[in-house]
Amino acid sequence: MSLINYASREINCKIVYYGPGLGGKTTNIKYVYKQIDPSARGKLVSLATEADRTLFFDFLPLDLGQVQGFKTRFHLYTVPGQVHYDASRRLILKGADGVVFVADAQRERLEQNIESLENLRVNLISQNLDPETIPFVMQYNKMDLANVMSSEELEQQLNPKGYLSFEAIAVEGIGVFDTLKAISKLVLKAISEGR
Amino acid sequence: MLQDGLIMYEDSFEKINLILDELMKNSKSECVFLVDKSGQLITMRGNMEQFDSTAFASLSAGNFAATSELAKLIGETEFSVLFHEGVKDSIHISIVAGSIIMVVVFRVVKTSLGLVRLEVKKSVEHLAHVLKEMVERSKRDGQIKKLDESFTQAIENEIDSLFKD
Ligand SMILES: Nc1nc2c(ncn2[C@@H]2O[C@H](COP(=O)(O)OP(=O)(O)OP(=O)(O)O)[C@@H](O)[C@H]2O)c(=O)[nH]1
Ligand SMILES: [Mg+2]
Repeated sequence: MSLINYASREINCKIVYYGPGLGGKTTNIKYVYKQIDPSARGKLVSLATEADRTLFFDFLPLDLGQVQGFKTRFHLYTVPGQVHYDASRRLILKGADGVVFVADAQRERLEQNIESLENLRVNLISQNLDPETIPFVMQYNKMDLANVMSSEELEQQLNPKGYLSFEAIAVEGIGVFDTLKAISKLVLKAISEGR
Repeated sequence: MLQDGLIMYEDSFEKINLILDELMKNSKSECVFLVDKSGQLITMRGNMEQFDSTAFASLSAGNFAATSELAKLIGETEFSVLFHEGVKDSIHISIVAGSIIMVVVFRVVKTSLGLVRLEVKKSVEHLAHVLKEMVERSKRDGQIKKLDESFTQAIENEIDSLFKD
């Protein structure tokens, strides 16, 4: 739920990284945190298990600075991908303005990706968000590994509707900012069109 | 998305801040926050220098959301108030107008939970009124009020220059 505050002159938007467990959602956010100009970011909050799996969410606020007197903020969240954390995933989607789906491109993870995409659809609907119109970007992560599917196959299996998609190696930062840029612009566009 | 997005105008903002200032004074609290259910800080009053308000807002919303789910599991619709007791500072969390989270941080030696609770109750009614007005106005304006093109372009440029390795 975007918040436009004409009094404090701020625009706030929420972007959620979704996808199967171990796909690289947290890795994306951590890379952004590490690389971005420190003056543009707030504190990174990670609610994780001792084994470093996301338990509830990661949260990173990014601040674009003043543009025509307005401050624009993007709040990045990751959901916990493990199947049994579904209740938490639903909560994180509350008021989302855009979604990045981080797929694990390894062939043996295909089924988990498909399940997670279906789970996303169900959970968006449960939060009164429309899966057909919410700004959405697909990321195929872990492209450095040997057992990944080809881009054509990935597109065919996971992205039949042809949403904007990026290949990534999040551990090396490859594709991370391209993905973030794309979703931020889509979200902004949706807000400016009053969608 | 904007149909559920919130638009805050100067006059409602001022009204809200006045109510919160009053609440802070009467309850002898340190600070008060309003946070929407998606975790975005709407406004805060009081002395916040000692902590990170953005992280605080996000965690409060997460906390409230998780607790509401717990409530549903035992057949309640929502716990209307949460209270976290600390040694020095405590936190009182409640819901205003069905959708906005209000967090009051208070010092244990300066005031009491009873007083905070009482003052929160009083201000919730006033706040609910202003917030309802605001939400309705947001809904009306959401359809028409668009960011203009030069503004969107300027933000896109900012995104390009900032979101990079
Ligand atoms: N080889 C390779 N490993 C990666 C890549 N991205 C992430 N990983 C590794 O995959 C593992 C899981 O990454 P996380 O970012 O924690 O995954 P997640 O999606 O947040 O997982 P949950 O929190 O359980 O949902 C970590 O060991 C990462 O280092 C990548 O591009 N290539
Ligand atoms: Mg994670």
